[in-house]
Amino acid sequence: MSFTLTPENLDDLAEGAAVLGTGGGGDPYIGRLLVERQLRAGRDVRIVDLGTLRDDALVVAVAMMGAPTVFIEKLPSPEGSVAALRALERHLGRAVDAIMPLEAGGLNSMMPLVAAAAADLPVVDADGMGRAFPEIQMVTFNVAGVPGSPMGIASDHGDSAVIEAADNDRMEWLARGLTIRMGGAAYTASYPMSAATVRETAVPGTLGLALRIGTALRTAREHHRDPFDALTAALRGTFYSHGRVLFRGKVVDVDRTTVGGFARGQVTLAAGGESGDPGDPGDRIVITFQNEHLVAVREGGHERDGQVAAIVPDLICTLNTETGRPVTTEALAYGQRLTVYAISTPAIMRSPEALACFGPSAFGLDRPYTPLEELTPATP
Amino acid sequence: MRVGIDVGGTHTDAVLMDAATVVASVKTATTQDVTGGVVTALHDLVSSAGIDRDRIGAVMIGTTHFTNALVTGRGLARTAVVRLALPATSGLPPLVNWPAALHAAIDPRVHLCHGGHEFDGRAIAPLRREELLRVAGDLEAHDIRTVAIGSVFSPAAPELEEQAAAVLLEELPHLHVSLSHQLGRIGLLERENATVINACLRELADEIVEAFVGALRTAGISAPLYLSQNDGTLMDAEYTRRYPVRTFASGPTNSMRGAAFLAGELSDCAVVDIGGTTTDVGVINRGYPRQATGEVDIGGVRTNFRMPDVLSIGLGGGSLVTTGPSVSAGPDSVGFRLTRQALVFGGDVLTATDLAVAGGLAEIGDPSLVRHLDPGLVRRGLDWMAGRVVELVDRIRVSAAPLPIVVVGGGGVLMPEVLPGDLAVHRPPHHAVANAIGAAIGQIGGDVDRVVAVDGPRAREEAIAAARAEAERIAVSAGAAPGTVRIVDVTEVHVAYLPGGRRVQVRAVGDLDLEHRPAGGPAADGTRAEAGTARGHEQDARR
Repeated sequence: MSFTLTPENLDDLAEGAAVLGTGGGGDPYIGRLLVERQLRAGRDVRIVDLGTLRDDALVVAVAMMGAPTVFIEKLPSPEGSVAALRALERHLGRAVDAIMPLEAGGLNSMMPLVAAAAADLPVVDADGMGRAFPEIQMVTFNVAGVPGSPMGIASDHGDSAVIEAADNDRMEWLARGLTIRMGGAAYTASYPMSAATVRETAVPGTLGLALRIGTALRTAREHHRDPFDALTAALRGTFYSHGRVLFRGKVVDVDRTTVGGFARGQVTLAAGGESGDPGDPGDRIVITFQNEHLVAVREGGHERDGQVAAIVPDLICTLNTETGRPVTTEALAYGQRLTVYAISTPAIMRSPEALACFGPSAFGLDRPYTPLEELTPATP
Repeated sequence: MRVGIDVGGTHTDAVLMDAATVVASVKTATTQDVTGGVVTALHDLVSSAGIDRDRIGAVMIGTTHFTNALVTGRGLARTAVVRLALPATSGLPPLVNWPAALHAAIDPRVHLCHGGHEFDGRAIAPLRREELLRVAGDLEAHDIRTVAIGSVFSPAAPELEEQAAAVLLEELPHLHVSLSHQLGRIGLLERENATVINACLRELADEIVEAFVGALRTAGISAPLYLSQNDGTLMDAEYTRRYPVRTFASGPTNSMRGAAFLAGELSDCAVVDIGGTTTDVGVINRGYPRQATGEVDIGGVRTNFRMPDVLSIGLGGGSLVTTGPSVSAGPDSVGFRLTRQALVFGGDVLTATDLAVAGGLAEIGDPSLVRHLDPGLVRRGLDWMAGRVVELVDRIRVSAAPLPIVVVGGGGVLMPEVLPGDLAVHRPPHHAVANAIGAAIGQIGGDVDRVVAVDGPRAREEAIAAARAEAERIAVSAGAAPGTVRIVDVTEVHVAYLPGGRRVQVRAVGDLDLEHRPAGGPAADGTRAEAGTARGHEQDARR
């Protein structure tokens, strides 16, 4: 969809983006502040439908790379994203026509809006992940064989580099190294391609979807309605048509470890403890995460013990049971009342090639991918 | 002996404690001027205990003055803000997203300068002396006497903030300087906010501390003065002048710590503080209030300040009881009019207190005035209130193990002896003055929060050991007796995407060191200076 951002719908968009962050992607608070400043300075953020672009329009994916802990200290600036964009433009010898988010979840859903406002370019309502993923080759563009490089990468110091990598895995690896030299956070502009290619390879409509989700949650709160019913209703008729409450309970364990430079871990929720509802003490769900939630498995002394309830790339979201507000993996803590909510992904993210890139096996999980709607049928 | 004083909005409570024994306690009205109520409380306390004033070794005060000043925007100084970070961070300047009224109240001058560090300790840019001299000129031109200085990653690398402060102080020797690494943790915007709040309160802090010192003098007490911080620890008068923002939210903290103390050996418990209108529930973990995770709003400003994790609901002794198909109480309350409007006081409003009296939980007012109430209704109402409190306790628990529950505050009578789920309620003597007791038993803390990059288990162990040692040094530097300092918390958070990167948070606490202080007054820094420990100063500056 096409729309112009306002301070009011920005809050909704940011909350929806945190839902699509599926536990990871970092808190979009700082990104939201940056967009707000662009709007207050009188600049427009125009989000345009894919269909409005000429076939040969040049579209580039904008994202930040690095550690969320660095972002909250060395605050990002619009100039950095613009510098990465300009470095890429100089290399390509032509101007960029539109910007696109690399990922629709978390902080990285906001940075393209900031860059677009600062560079006076439109933002395409589509992205390469349809959610958040931990690595920049985990995108539908890569699945379709679109090269991620040349990639522009810039620091806060005004230095920039262009990476021409042999393949997209090496691009991620090289950019990761530069990011550390650039101070643990870097601005990137990658996957330059024509609008025609974007139409074939991107997950469409994800910014509009985030706005729709955020609006539904806010409205439900304002009218004291169940936020999860509102979320399910908002998803109906979109590419993400199946939304499910998988589980409702209390965090009884959070186990975080560090493997291969990522925040991996498991969170366990137990049912019961709600007032008037003792629940089955054996009824639990265990979610495994690597920055983002990857798989949710049911546990307990019943016939569903050991069953997978939802698995990547379908979205597994942890939301505050009372408010529906998303809770990131970094913020998970014992005793929180959370609702585990899963959302189905569009067909473009479920092809064998897509699953090889960001399905269960890409994260070392030895379980097959099964669509959410088969694992957890809708309750009437 | 120690005196603990809680200066609240309505009452000023005071207790006299001899080691672990409450010798005397008083409740007086809070007065408009800072001094009056404190002098009265001290006077009443000394005369009711019948002791010699010289036996008082220290006076600890918990106050809401500074919180109220920020919330109302009154008494705040015009403030300058210097951020050392260029060429980075210009996209989000200091004070972004402050409420307009508060922004106007401090009318800030904001300066972005070169400086700051990367996560791994490399400099973003060196300081530029000429920039800082220009800042000094601007401060002088606008007659600004207080400044907040923040540098990127200063919790791990504080030296640039100190160097910038030195340049400004050379030019403006009377300037009040607040440095961000002494006031907050990782998270630049939130840490900077806390620093600016501190800076705008510095002149008020001078006044308030002066008033408290004057009150002690008027009451004939020569013992040193300490103030409660939001985490249950204490700071001396000089430290309070420099870090007034640290008194924020000390009220709930003191009530929780006081309750835990009164309950005896319960170093892990849930505290339920029931007043006239609200109930606060918090958790004591190893003798200290559990800290809130994440950001805390103070007067509309986002900070990452150390605050207790407290849940509140509108339930208290004065809560209105609703009798419909189901019975419930609150959030509306008769408040201070309880003694006129409640049934047991001859009024015509059914309150939570009336249910407690009718149900035999308390003897307040005239019980015959509630004898006509339907016992079924009374039972359902009391059950409902107990259920709400149990829910809150359950939400705030830190582990699966059930926590002992300690009830304090005037509204504590609403709770039965045993709560649903077979949870025993501890209701210790003196529970009505738990806040003042909490102030009296305050301790000294030291915090370290830094991001380190380590390669391998050995480097990690060394980094954590260094952080632990630093936290202990900070506690001693702030006035803890060295032999009593212990580490109460070590938290390690992996920094996503950064090879070997992790955030280490360590907290140390110890008993207040009363031994090495001259009886004439607080001199935490001066004492160490006399002892010739220059290192103490260096560590103090890193606090």
